[in-house]
Amino acid sequence: MGRKLLLEKAHVENIRSYEVYRKEGGYRSVEKALKTLSPDQVTEEVKKSGLRGRGGAGFPTGMKWSFLAKPEGVPRYLVVNADESEPGTFKDRYLMEFIPHLLIEGMITSSYALGSNRSYIYIRGEYAWITHILEQAIEEARQHGWLGKNILGSGFDCDIYVQRGAGAYICGEETALLESLEGKRGNPRIKPPFPAVKGLWGCPTVVNNVETVAALVPIINEGGEEYAKIGVGKSTGTKLISACGNINKPGVYEIDMTISVEEFIYSDEYCGGIPQGKKLKACIPGGSSVPILPANLLLKTAKGETRMMNYESLADGGFASGSMMGSGGFIVIDDSQCVVRHTYTLARFYRHESCGQCSPCREGTGWMEKILWNLETGKGCSSDIDLLWDIQRKIEGNTICPLGDAAAWPVAAAIRHFRDEFEWHVTHPEEAQKRNFGLAHYADPLTAPVA
Amino acid sequence: MADEIKKAPAPLKVTIDNITVEVPAGTTILNAARQIGGDVTPPAMCYYSKLEGSGGKCRTCLVEVAAGSAADPRPMPKLVASCRTTVMDGMVVKNITSERVQEARAGVVEFLLLNHPLDCPVCDQAGECHLQDLGYEHGKEGTRYQFDRRTFEKEDIGPTIQLHMNRCILCYRCTYVADQLTDNRVHGVLDRGDHANISTHISKAIDNNFSGNMIDVCPVGALTDKTFRFKNRVWFTKPVDAHRDCPDCCGKVTLWQRGDEVLRVTARKDEWGEVQSYEGKPGWICNTCRFEKKAATDWVIEGPTSINRHSVISQGHYLGLQKPKETIQEVMGGLNPRLLMDIHDVSEVNKLELSQLPGAATSANYKNESTKSE
Repeated sequence: MGRKLLLEKAHVENIRSYEVYRKEGGYRSVEKALKTLSPDQVTEEVKKSGLRGRGGAGFPTGMKWSFLAKPEGVPRYLVVNADESEPGTFKDRYLMEFIPHLLIEGMITSSYALGSNRSYIYIRGEYAWITHILEQAIEEARQHGWLGKNILGSGFDCDIYVQRGAGAYICGEETALLESLEGKRGNPRIKPPFPAVKGLWGCPTVVNNVETVAALVPIINEGGEEYAKIGVGKSTGTKLISACGNINKPGVYEIDMTISVEEFIYSDEYCGGIPQGKKLKACIPGGSSVPILPANLLLKTAKGETRMMNYESLADGGFASGSMMGSGGFIVIDDSQCVVRHTYTLARFYRHESCGQCSPCREGTGWMEKILWNLETGKGCSSDIDLLWDIQRKIEGNTICPLGDAAAWPVAAAIRHFRDEFEWHVTHPEEAQKRNFGLAHYADPLTAPVA
Repeated sequence: MADEIKKAPAPLKVTIDNITVEVPAGTTILNAARQIGGDVTPPAMCYYSKLEGSGGKCRTCLVEVAAGSAADPRPMPKLVASCRTTVMDGMVVKNITSERVQEARAGVVEFLLLNHPLDCPVCDQAGECHLQDLGYEHGKEGTRYQFDRRTFEKEDIGPTIQLHMNRCILCYRCTYVADQLTDNRVHGVLDRGDHANISTHISKAIDNNFSGNMIDVCPVGALTDKTFRFKNRVWFTKPVDAHRDCPDCCGKVTLWQRGDEVLRVTARKDEWGEVQSYEGKPGWICNTCRFEKKAATDWVIEGPTSINRHSVISQGHYLGLQKPKETIQEVMGGLNPRLLMDIHDVSEVNKLELSQLPGAATSANYKNESTKSE
């Protein structure tokens, strides 16, 4: 049984309320940080902990914080990115909905470290009811003196505001989020300047994921070095994984990054295997935008090692034979699912969510969707597969923000690993309407290392 | 004095396609390339040097940075938008010498043309359209797109400006014009993704004295002049520099004439298709000059405009026109042909005296003659 840090108290009755949360040891980290540590010492603890951003990119949080420009007389901001819109990812929702005080607690400590007197939670528009939960939690915290002026007599002022988005995936991109927070159209900004230098209202800003900020609580409580002992290598601490798709027990799980992918899918403690005796065909291990992997490459890396649930192992093999930890949206696909249809669904999502600012993404995502629809409905031809490959290659890396990459990668990976299935859709257009390609050879043991 | 020294730091050296230039700090790669000029300059569809904050959107100006700077010579992993990337000392940039750039740019051109209606034959912008030039220079022939093009409902945005949303490439230039030239922007980009469109909120007329500059900055035919609509093709009109005393603007314009008639008035443009600057200020013109002064007598005419833009409109050689001094006889080496079909010297026609042809010269026996002589 892996260690739990964030969800340890998740099942305590009424943990959502301040009284219960405080009784269970809540807000200890704020007391410790504000009374015994300086802001730089908090940052130092975060650096020691090796905490990596939980939003998808996995960038070391301590390093990100140390990039924050600190000019005199200019306010600095902490913005928590709660615009969790990636298909398959719902870990932050769980955290905010059931233990909102954990986020508030982490935010106070983080704001103290960064010197942010006004911190924001930018929450996804569709999470309307969570906004109320968070606002209630903030109000409770304020009444008990954890927010406001001169917190715990330390001279540090902090207030937290919740801002709801209007339902756009793109506003989860940090600069688009800042634009939206400023009340503008949610178009990503061109970097540089980075938010750490010029962010919200032109001031230095740190944008962190909900889970990252919540992880501050155990880091301060236990110390950065203790936190770093959990996990393996550079994947320290615990990670929330939102498992969904064809599994017996979908939900949010906290793992300590030392278990294997196979264990995560099949053990009863986690996903509990695949229902109705079906077989594992493919999996997207980190939310819709990371490359999909066939069963054989998912359980073992191209080198033949067991694939573990951590940043390095999931990325082993690069994009040729690996994937990414991403935001932890673990989507399992069984042998009754069609990869072409699945890829079409993702392409449709990205077309719908593209902001339309830069041309490759605006035009390319729609084009890919249409070609995939043709392939799926048996109207495609074999040159369409090469065309798709060419389009995704021209989108990837040529756009302002990572949405272009996020739209290109799933298509690229699907063609890379499931080309047979695409070709079968072309060669058997009528049959493809009636049945699925099935498992085929996607779970066969790898004979030779994939180049 | 001390302030002046601070303001002028040492110039930075940047090498673009093996050509090294020195530019002041803060210059973008695109502007450094414009100093060199010629093929080395990346095309720009959305960047407009006179509009603050423009650029970075169309991705046609992508270049490869082979070395970031002298201090840190690592290459940048991705292609960068040259219009928004500032140069560092010792930076090495590849534009036309990079295959990656050429391929990515051809890809961007293809993307831009996917949903473009290609109605150039009826488009008033044809001839001075940046997208035409871009497609001609960097695009590939043919398209691989086999679906219906995206279309928009027509929208009336006032009596002087025609909006053709289908042609728009969403460069955002017109929104910057409205932001930076006028008090109150009433139009902008609505919706998102491939159905994002320029529109007013909601169906308002764009009514202010500098709105006409949106036409000048539009790189395509999405915003055109209603007073010039379908009047003429731009390459048939004669551009003439003119000015008048205008209380609102600089009053320096280009008249596009056919005979003595003034068909269209625009701001004067430089070789990048941007409005020219006078004493560091962009020469935007007001709507009175643009739409209401349509008689040659309203203007003091300065002379033909010199157009050095890389476009078909530069083909009207009204400047530096030289009348031939030689007679036909001199040019033709003593021959004095009766039939002046083609004075090109490889043409066989002019080497013959018609009277020397056996019988009446027809196309049939003329052909026989020439094949025999070969």
